[in-house]
Amino acid sequence: MNTLVLSCALVAAGLYGVLTRRDLVAVLASIEVMLGGASLLLVAYAAPGVATAAAGQGYALLVLAVGAAEAAVGIALLVSLIRRGRTRSEDITEVRG
Amino acid sequence: MTLTLLALIPLGGAALVWVTGRFRPATVRVAALVVALIQLAFTCVLAVTVATHTPATMTGGLTSAASTSFWLLRVDGLALPLIVLTSLLGVIAVLASWRVELRPGAHFALLLGLQAAVTLVFLADHLVLFYAAWEAVLIPMFFLIGGWGHEGRRHAAMKFFIYTFAGSALMLIGLLLVGFTTGELRISALSSGILDPTLRTLVFWLLVAGFAVKVPIVPFHTWLPEAHVEAPTAGSIMLAGVLLKMGGYGLLRFALPLAPEAAHAAAPVFATLGIIGIVYGAVVALAQTDLKRLVAYSSIAHMGFVVLAIATGSPLALAAAMLVMVAHGLTSALLFLLVGQLYERTHTRSLARLGGLLATLPVWATIFVFASLASLGLPGLAGFPGELVTFLEGFASWGWWMVAVALGVVLAGAYSLRAIREVAQGPEKPEWAGLRDLDLIELAAAVPLALLIVVMGVWPSVVSGVMDPVARALSALVGRG
Amino acid sequence: MSVLHEMPYLAVLVPLALAVVLAAGVRFWGNAAAWIALLGPLTGLAVGIASIGGGTAGTFTWIRVGQTVLRLGYDANALTVVMLLVVGVVASCVMVFSIGYMHGEKGYVRYYALLSLFTAAMAALVLAADLVSLFVGWELVGACSFLLIGFWYAKPSAAEAARKAFMVTRIGDAAMLLGMAVLWNATGTLELSAVLGKAATLAPGVATAAAICVLLGAVGKSAQFPLHIWLPDAMEGPTPVSALIHAATMVAAGVFLIARVWPLFEVAPAARGLALTLGTITALGAATVALAQRDIKKVLAWSTISQLGFMFAALGVGAWPVAIFHLVTHAAFKALLFLSAGSVIHGSGTQDLAEMGGLAKKMPLTAACWIAGVVSLAGIPPAAGFFSKDEVVASVLHAAPWAGVALFAASALTAAYAARATRLAFFGEPRGAKPAHESPWTMIAPLALLAVGALGLGFAGAPLAALLGHEAEPLSVPIAATAVSLALVGAFLGWRSARPEASADPRFAALTRAAYSGWGVDAFADRFVVRPATALARMADAMGDRLAIDGLAEGVATMASRVGGLLAEIQSGDGQWYAALMATGVVVLAAAAVWLVR
Repeated sequence: MNTLVLSCALVAAGLYGVLTRRDLVAVLASIEVMLGGASLLLVAYAAPGVATAAAGQGYALLVLAVGAAEAAVGIALLVSLIRRGRTRSEDITEVRG
Repeated sequence: MTLTLLALIPLGGAALVWVTGRFRPATVRVAALVVALIQLAFTCVLAVTVATHTPATMTGGLTSAASTSFWLLRVDGLALPLIVLTSLLGVIAVLASWRVELRPGAHFALLLGLQAAVTLVFLADHLVLFYAAWEAVLIPMFFLIGGWGHEGRRHAAMKFFIYTFAGSALMLIGLLLVGFTTGELRISALSSGILDPTLRTLVFWLLVAGFAVKVPIVPFHTWLPEAHVEAPTAGSIMLAGVLLKMGGYGLLRFALPLAPEAAHAAAPVFATLGIIGIVYGAVVALAQTDLKRLVAYSSIAHMGFVVLAIATGSPLALAAAMLVMVAHGLTSALLFLLVGQLYERTHTRSLARLGGLLATLPVWATIFVFASLASLGLPGLAGFPGELVTFLEGFASWGWWMVAVALGVVLAGAYSLRAIREVAQGPEKPEWAGLRDLDLIELAAAVPLALLIVVMGVWPSVVSGVMDPVARALSALVGRG
Repeated sequence: MSVLHEMPYLAVLVPLALAVVLAAGVRFWGNAAAWIALLGPLTGLAVGIASIGGGTAGTFTWIRVGQTVLRLGYDANALTVVMLLVVGVVASCVMVFSIGYMHGEKGYVRYYALLSLFTAAMAALVLAADLVSLFVGWELVGACSFLLIGFWYAKPSAAEAARKAFMVTRIGDAAMLLGMAVLWNATGTLELSAVLGKAATLAPGVATAAAICVLLGAVGKSAQFPLHIWLPDAMEGPTPVSALIHAATMVAAGVFLIARVWPLFEVAPAARGLALTLGTITALGAATVALAQRDIKKVLAWSTISQLGFMFAALGVGAWPVAIFHLVTHAAFKALLFLSAGSVIHGSGTQDLAEMGGLAKKMPLTAACWIAGVVSLAGIPPAAGFFSKDEVVASVLHAAPWAGVALFAASALTAAYAARATRLAFFGEPRGAKPAHESPWTMIAPLALLAVGALGLGFAGAPLAALLGHEAEPLSVPIAATAVSLALVGAFLGWRSARPEASADPRFAALTRAAYSGWGVDAFADRFVVRPATALARMADAMGDRLAIDGLAEGVATMASRVGGLLAEIQSGDGQWYAALMATGVVVLAAAAVWLVR
């Protein structure tokens, strides 16, 4: 139960960060926090004695890998943006439909 | 294989022309003409083969794995006249755009691509293939209007696309309903018994939505004048000549066989809309100040006869629907060709500015008078047999409502004679003095159409005979045989 | 001869082929065109002669679907033979006459090509054994009439007249289509022998409806009230065309049609009554108008309308052989009068009666021919018109005395306007600006031939009736005497009242003006048909099509685009805004899922 509350809190905090922080580095960090929260829940519920299958652990590993990849791509983008002198989220408005 | 070639010749030709587009324009247009002529010759051979065969049908495509293949092709009496018409107008359209200077490679490639798609619509024996071809027709037409049209071309191209696409989206739902509920995708296997009776009315109206826009049935017609006015000549020829026929073809090929009871029940509605189209199209044509718009509205009136004939539903009337479609294909193609040739010289289509052209351009104006007389349904020319038979048979079903059609016949005279009066007759205008008359290429486009208009008027059996078995079968289905 | 007898359709095919040949070589034939074209009507004439003792009939299949067949048939019966002879003779005369009259015209070959086409169409009309072929010929003569009235296409009045002629007759043609549809529906065929064979078994309503529709078609073609308004305008065409098409043949086609389908009218008394009424009104009304005309061709045009009215009246009382007899004599004397008028116009350079006068001295041969025609028109014995008109009046008087009396009056008026026009054109002092000259022999020879017909055809009444399978009415002396004395009185009054000035007797100025304008029928049609129709078309275009229907379609499109614009606002391009929306969506979905599972 505690882990559930904790992971929800982590996701919520991360989401808050993603939605409100102007600094892109902070947004990226907040995403990592959300991923961490989700992974925590997966791992906690896949612990021996709680679940019979270990699928949750596998998913958690996958999330870590995705997180790493995403961070790598994100930071690479960020670096190239910084080189252009744009690091704030409202600078990036090209994602328009 | 034969039928596959029929669809592939223009498609391959389109690719060829596209590739040669970088060469001199002369090379490109000769290549396009050669392809179109080969296609026409091939179609004629096929037509004779099929028409003299009993029964007058031919199937083709990848039939070995019939259950999974979607490349299934079939020609019968309903498709054959329209395929011949398409191949013929393909040649005319190439000749009509002989002087296109803007990216001729792309222009001719689009024309041939359009021809391939339309041919495939009439050839397809598989629902998916039919729908794909149906929508594929829009693409080259859209670019022809949008790329080579006149001032308002963007709006017209968009309107044409959205209007017909909205209709065909509904049609697609209908076709999907047919496919999913019956599991049968072969068009030739679609018969009245196959569809769940509770679905028939719904499917009928969904299909009609797509076809009604294409025909076009009043009040879904307003895309047509605009598309015609803005389209380049070749585009108008194909649009009026064969694209409109896709609507009539669809009604006869799908709507009637799949849901004959619904068709029977809807016949009064269709007859009303057809009669309204005949009168309304003629009345509005009478008020036009732009020659091309006038011809466009006359198309609406003529296609009203097709709708009325289909609603009437007797074997003779259904054959008449085909007669009117082929006749209108020839007549309107000739008229649009002439209007295009005139526009190349005068750069105006305004009736008020034209006039006296019998003196200025005697050959052009003579053919124009001929075409206008054909358009008003003069006996001995193409329009008469179909319209007469529709009138005769329509009276049996709709009685004195045909008085309105008779009024439409009078009005057809009114707008055609107005066109002759404003364009060909009257004193010679100094403004147009010194215009050169038609050259050989232009005559080569116009004269065959004029001759065929006479042939169709004198010998309509050449079309109605091919249509005969289909007409009888369909008519028996809708209970008017 | 046997070929012509076996294949009467050669009367159609030969002139048709000649028309094509002429049209193909418009720049090539030159003056040879006339002699080439002349072969057409001569073939028709030969076919007519070859078929006198009974002709050949046959059919071609036109459209066949299942069991239903539409055939094109030909049948050289007695009535057809009569018409073929009339068409052949008049068309030949007109073609020869035109050599002189149209000499040097720009469209000489085109003119002869169209005349040939007309000859073919007219032959198709009279040879038709079914209503489809008949209608084909019927419409094609109308189209040829359109093209020939508008022969001088650069002249706006000619172009307008051509259009008017086609449009007004087309109203009748539309009615005729309806009649065909009624018959097709009732009998399942359009072949005349079958249709007419079943006529007696038709329900009275059906027969009446069909007969009235056919009658309306004839009324349009034969320029009967109220569809007569196109014929006076049609005088814009070359005068020989008026002689051929608008006097002798095409306008008489309506009379021929009703005679041809007579069994149908036999069972439709209402249609006969209508024919009698319209014919009588037309005969009398048009004669009064002819009296007030100033243009020599207009006099003849109104005279033609009036004479066709006589024929319709005869049809209305069932005397169709009499109507055909009058058709034949009228064809001779009216073609003669028109060609004489053409000779006058050619020689004097004007067609205004006020500018003629004294032409008898300058153009004696033309004057003699004209007078032969006028005597026949006025019904003075022993000219042909006397016999045929007498039979018409006698038969009408017998069946409907009121109409007979009206026709007596019309006869008197006929003599009056004929005398008036004769005096104004040929007698008195010359008023023309240019010196007149006699026409060449190619123009006089046809006149002479027709003059013989106009004077002598009266004695053909009995053989003609026998050919048509009827007995000629014996001449009724009291009626003939009354008619002749009325004609003489009329001629005297017409001669005396003839005054060259444009203004008539001031006491009757208003009356003359009204008569001159055709009693306002034209203005009425313009005001209550043409203009409302044009206005309606404009309104339908502007209000209906552009505003309502297209406006609705464009409105839907605009609305879709506006809604799209509103939705586009949401897509600001801000990634965090998207993420917030997504998060909200996830929460909503999750809540929904939880709520549903619970």
